[in-house]
Amino acid sequence: MNYLLQRLLTFPLVLLGVSLLVFFAIRLVPGDAIIAMLGTEAGLLTDAQRASLAAYFGLDQPVVVQYGRWLAGLFQGNLGISTTYGKPVLEVIIARFPLTIELALLSMVIALAVGVPAGVFAATRNNRPSDLVVRLFAMLGQSTPSFVFGLVLIYLLSVNFHVLPAMGSFTPLFVDPLGNLAQMILPSITLGFAFAAAVTRISRSAMLDVLSDDYVRTARSKGASQRDVVWKHALPNALIPVVTLSGVEFGYLLGGAVIVEQIYALPGLGRLTLDAISQRDYALVQGAVLFIAFNFLVVNLLVDLAYAALDPRIRLGGR
Amino acid sequence: MTPLLSVKDLHVGFGRDPKANEVVKGVSFDLAAGETLAIVGESGSGKSVTALSINRLVDFGGGRITGGRITLQRGDGSMLDVTKADESALVRVRGSDIGMIFQEPMTSLNPVHTVGAQIEEAFKLNRGLTGSAATRAAKEALERVRIPDSAQRLKYYPHQLSGGMRQRVMIAMVIASNPRLLIADEPTTALDVTVQAQIMALLAELRGELGMSMIFITHDIGLVAGIADQIMVMQNGVAVEQGALDAVLDNPQHDYTRHLLKAVPHFNGGRAVRSDGSRVAGAAPVVRVDNLVVRFPAAKGLFARAAGAVHAVDGVSFDLVPGETLAIVGESGSGKSTTARAILGLVGTTRGRIDRASGRSPRPVQMVFQDPFASLNPRLNVESLLAEPAIAAGQRRDAKLRERMAFLLARVGLPDDALTRFPHQFSGGQRQRLCIARALMLNPEVVVLDEAVSALDVSVQARVLDLLIDLQREFGLAYLFISHDMAVVERIAHRIAVMYAGQLVEIGTAASVLSDPQHSYTKRLIAAVPAIERRKQVFTVDATQVPSLVRPKGYEPQPSRWREAGPDHRVRLETV
Repeated sequence: MNYLLQRLLTFPLVLLGVSLLVFFAIRLVPGDAIIAMLGTEAGLLTDAQRASLAAYFGLDQPVVVQYGRWLAGLFQGNLGISTTYGKPVLEVIIARFPLTIELALLSMVIALAVGVPAGVFAATRNNRPSDLVVRLFAMLGQSTPSFVFGLVLIYLLSVNFHVLPAMGSFTPLFVDPLGNLAQMILPSITLGFAFAAAVTRISRSAMLDVLSDDYVRTARSKGASQRDVVWKHALPNALIPVVTLSGVEFGYLLGGAVIVEQIYALPGLGRLTLDAISQRDYALVQGAVLFIAFNFLVVNLLVDLAYAALDPRIRLGGR
Repeated sequence: MTPLLSVKDLHVGFGRDPKANEVVKGVSFDLAAGETLAIVGESGSGKSVTALSINRLVDFGGGRITGGRITLQRGDGSMLDVTKADESALVRVRGSDIGMIFQEPMTSLNPVHTVGAQIEEAFKLNRGLTGSAATRAAKEALERVRIPDSAQRLKYYPHQLSGGMRQRVMIAMVIASNPRLLIADEPTTALDVTVQAQIMALLAELRGELGMSMIFITHDIGLVAGIADQIMVMQNGVAVEQGALDAVLDNPQHDYTRHLLKAVPHFNGGRAVRSDGSRVAGAAPVVRVDNLVVRFPAAKGLFARAAGAVHAVDGVSFDLVPGETLAIVGESGSGKSTTARAILGLVGTTRGRIDRASGRSPRPVQMVFQDPFASLNPRLNVESLLAEPAIAAGQRRDAKLRERMAFLLARVGLPDDALTRFPHQFSGGQRQRLCIARALMLNPEVVVLDEAVSALDVSVQARVLDLLIDLQREFGLAYLFISHDMAVVERIAHRIAVMYAGQLVEIGTAASVLSDPQHSYTKRLIAAVPAIERRKQVFTVDATQVPSLVRPKGYEPQPSRWREAGPDHRVRLETV
């Protein structure tokens, strides 16, 4: 537990660094929050109105003071008010998060359910035609941009065959689970395809390594069948790189999937952050990035715990 | 009577064109039930490939049987030609008819499953036992291979056990199926010599109990003397000599067999020690180690804090004079390598003094490591490798330096066009010569040789040892020779220091320590060394374990007391 505590103690430090970076970086981008917020109507503002708006959002202060205020707010759980939505930042983010986490989870499930067996299969048929086919698909999956693949899916399944809805107003999971899933399936496949390709490639190479290890030979020498050798003896030893990769990918997905959210018109974290940047919604950008960084730290911690669960040498210590 | 196993004209090849890349070229032998065949040879002789062909595990290593027949009499009396059997028939043969143990106990067990689960699996596969019956059988199997606290040990993972224990677990797994044939592929090579003796005794005992036949593969002809009925000597894929054990050992016909028996180091009980360059009384030492203590914090697992310390070296003192070889012998974990590393400054010392002479060289102590494959950077050519120590000492890569490289390369017996070549273009023995040349670049006074010949084939070993002795005379080098191999030590050492559990227990001239060991550990160590003339000696199975070196915080060992056992021969008094 000592280790867990140590890791948790580093969280505030990392988040502080992230907040500093994003706070000053977003202010280096040319543009004015109030002009961005009001669009063409900004021209109608008197100087006094503009000043009072700036004062309302705290934008009239020096940057360092703004940061100090923001940080102080942070400790009270207050991430500021979004200039675009006129609501507390945390509230805006939390509203978007369920969709993002659902999308990330679904695509990871697809990636692992497809990628691990495909990788294992390819490894056991090393350099035979079936291996080459799997490798070809994996290559395709990793090199096809998601907007291409997503559009192809929409065209085939929604436009031509009307199997699944392409877009429409978003249905939350708890309001209409089936409607929600029907809506989420295409985006999840789009994201999951590239993710699965990466998982396939890494499980294949990890399995190839492990299959030539001595203990695999031992398992064969005691009469274990090919199935036992592959699934019981080799796979558990090949999972560590798969977990590493999946953790990193999952962490990215929790930051939102801008392109896929755009194609399928989903209100996720990715689009929220992108819009916040183009709107110069400083508070929202800061809040979103901090939130994403926090998620990343949590996922990394979970990955480390997964290592310990997978490998007794990490769990129990020793060589 | 039909033999249990009959191999006729076996050919095995590798790669895309197995017929063109044959590693085994026409090997034949018969093995009767209950008999033991030893296959002896050096690396590349095809001995392991021959063995792996018998249960067709060679297929998974990229090998293909290109000719010949392997007929196995199965448990039900039916005959099976292994070379033609399909995989489903082979799965039934493996384990239940043919069991196998391997060289590397460290890597041969699956790290993510408990040893209990792995032994139980063998019972499930070959005896159909499940659940608590399998657990009970696994526990009994562990008891049979003399593992104490068997119920507890079932829950251990392989990395929590020592090498000897893991090899016992391997044996427990094999006897689970009561196989008719046991193939042991260098089962003791990676183990310490006293552990080797225990494993050999265990194998001999089980063979008798179960009536198994055995194929025992080794590079050490002395080792099989006690266990084999027949012997087959292999070289370059061919059996150069085969026959009954005594006939081959006492009256070898082939030159290579004679070479293996005579030219390679065999332990001789102190009668083969060097007579040259013995210690000059009163010579100033080049290295003096005084009460050296090295400890490492011991952490247990990801979630725990350091609970104590590993006492790797505890109060070691000795000195080394120019021109002499001091061998430090002991088992893995005895602290011999840590002592060497401390002298080089590669590990920090906790206490004690190490004085090094500062004479002719900017870096008076150099080192040669065990594994010549891992200790040369594969991306650097020989010139860069040899220049490295000189550059590190602030010298320029000029004509003078190249002259020294050429001189040393010639001296260690490598061609002078070697400079532009890369490590992978050399054999293991040549690479170790490169490492020796590299160590000599700065004209050191002391060379620390950490198991420097252990990874080499036996006949290469002999030549590298001769080279080391020549170089020692020529350059007046002092060697600190770390080894677990008593036969090698006998050939090169003037003096021997015996380490056990981090402490020195005996030190003296090679002849007196080897011929008249005083400390009980030294006695055990020497008794365990296999020797051809002791081939009829039977070892008893014991399960003595090296004590744990992990001590609680603040632990201090008792001060040592010594007695003189002769001129230049001191023994630590044992506390009972």
